[in-house]
Amino acid sequence: MSDDVPFQARTFAYAPHADQRAATPPRRPAVVVGAGPVGLALAIDLAQRGVPVVLLDDDDRLSTGSRAICFAKRTLEIFDRLGCGDRIAAEGVSWNVGKVFVRDEMVYRFDLLPEPGHERPAFVNLQQYVVEGCLVERAQQLPLVDLRWRNEVVATEAFDDHVALTIATPDGPYRLEAEWLVACDGSRSAVRRQLGLESQGRTFHDRFLIVDVRLSREPPAERWFWFDPAFHPNQSVLLHRQPDGVCRIDFQLGWDADPEHEKQPQHIIPRVKALLAHSPALRDAEFTLEWASVYTFSCKRMARFRHGRVLFAGDAAHGVSPFGARGANSGVQDVDNLAWKLATVLRARAPVALLDTWACEREAAADENIRHSTRATDFITPKSAASRVFRDAVLTLARTQPFARTLVNSGRLSTPTTLHASPLNTADAESFDGAMVPGAAATDARVTRAGGRDGWLLREIGSGFTALVGADGATERALAGVTVGGFTLQVVAIAPASTRAPAEEPAHVALVDVDGAIARRYDLRAGSVVLLRPDAHVCARWRATTPAQVERAMRRALALEDSAPCR
Amino acid sequence: MPLITTPNLEAPDDFYAALIAAHDGLDADASQAFNARLVLLLANHVGSLDVLREALAIARDAAPAR
Repeated sequence: MSDDVPFQARTFAYAPHADQRAATPPRRPAVVVGAGPVGLALAIDLAQRGVPVVLLDDDDRLSTGSRAICFAKRTLEIFDRLGCGDRIAAEGVSWNVGKVFVRDEMVYRFDLLPEPGHERPAFVNLQQYVVEGCLVERAQQLPLVDLRWRNEVVATEAFDDHVALTIATPDGPYRLEAEWLVACDGSRSAVRRQLGLESQGRTFHDRFLIVDVRLSREPPAERWFWFDPAFHPNQSVLLHRQPDGVCRIDFQLGWDADPEHEKQPQHIIPRVKALLAHSPALRDAEFTLEWASVYTFSCKRMARFRHGRVLFAGDAAHGVSPFGARGANSGVQDVDNLAWKLATVLRARAPVALLDTWACEREAAADENIRHSTRATDFITPKSAASRVFRDAVLTLARTQPFARTLVNSGRLSTPTTLHASPLNTADAESFDGAMVPGAAATDARVTRAGGRDGWLLREIGSGFTALVGADGATERALAGVTVGGFTLQVVAIAPASTRAPAEEPAHVALVDVDGAIARRYDLRAGSVVLLRPDAHVCARWRATTPAQVERAMRRALALEDSAPCR
Repeated sequence: MPLITTPNLEAPDDFYAALIAAHDGLDADASQAFNARLVLLLANHVGSLDVLREALAIARDAAPAR
């Protein structure tokens, strides 16, 4: 596929596979259903870890319309590990600042990344199909990814040791077996339905008109949210900038709105015109409609994400409202957590119980996302008279009272879930400051590498277990060679900024903490060790440690030690 | 520190009179909005979630049965 074809116009050719002519159904170690952002990220991750993966998609195109647009810092960092973060970040619009308006007045401005020393911004806005297109291009570089377009799963049967699939293609149906099946096939998951499973929760009684418009003039790269603006009274409006002069506008319509009526261009255009006329930065801008849809949403999840040999990830497993950008971002976190675990279980280096920890960690994450999403929705669309009175009181006070601005909830934007209760964590035996508690996703910092080259901490972290060591000359050497479950510990020695140039060592990576940010963010001192899992979540830390302690923590993180069960 | 439920107002009658006076001339909706703003201001002054939860529970329990 030529690069100069716009992503939205690209089609991917169906190609018959030898499996379709097999006398008996071939069995594959890992089959992923759904080539959206979640399924593609999982397939790439598994392939990078040496697992051959079949990725099935029922269509031959990328997603229609822009759909997910806000890709969070953590997602970009995961895409960096998957080898396509630079491409995706370069395609998108980076932003950190959000503004909240009540009627005509800005009452609140937030900066989601108020400190320097991070490679990635808080968010990149980008049409979902562009992200998918970049991920497809990356997947196509990996021989272990077997991406089959127009392969629709029409029947799923679960057994103790495998899953049997019937797949419809333009050449007729065929049978395929999977040792492990991961359903990443979206909120209306066919696999979920075929297995008689449900995702349950609340559907909100409100309707939203979502419009992508191409503007002749670009607004700033910020998130703007209005409560009760003069151009759309008694409702809320959200505006996001996307690349190529496109803006996403989300108009709250109320439950009584008629979706068919609202979707018609002659009814959309006056709404957009009113918004533009109202905004000094956009007045007189010309526009064309790119895409529009009227939607409602639910906050829901499956009771369990693992059902024997079938795992559910992304929207197939859980759903949230769009306020907070917690849909695609949490789905990518799901599979970031899953790929290393599934690869290790497939290699028989860890027990199947490791996949139960995947399920319980991500079920807890889904609860957190649903909680945030539900609270934002309840603020935007109050469900009772009292709720409305308090919401309006908050908005009134927010104009003059700084405290009230912290209560204004137009969506709490996606940050990586800290896996506080994970059985894979080794509890702290000493006290530490900072946010890098066991379960936290590793945070970035500027570093200088050997030879004086500038770099970023997260770029130096590999895809196995990593020990960040406050260099003391002894600890970094002592930990070299620790190996558990086929993972040889990567040792990263961190020297304080007063150190000129890190010493080159064959056994470990040496970095200088140029801004002192690693010492601050990780509370890392000489001799301290922070152990990161293969998905770069902290799983243990010590003020001083031994290879035996680190080995035990790695065993725990691979579910090789007896530990408290998940729930 | 738990919620103070023993007498703590400097001048109970003066406070009560001021509270009622603050509602003067407000219709039911405006009074309700006023009360909501007042609750939020006082809640921020208290700060502690535990103390606020205690107050919420007592206020709810004290509601007359219907």
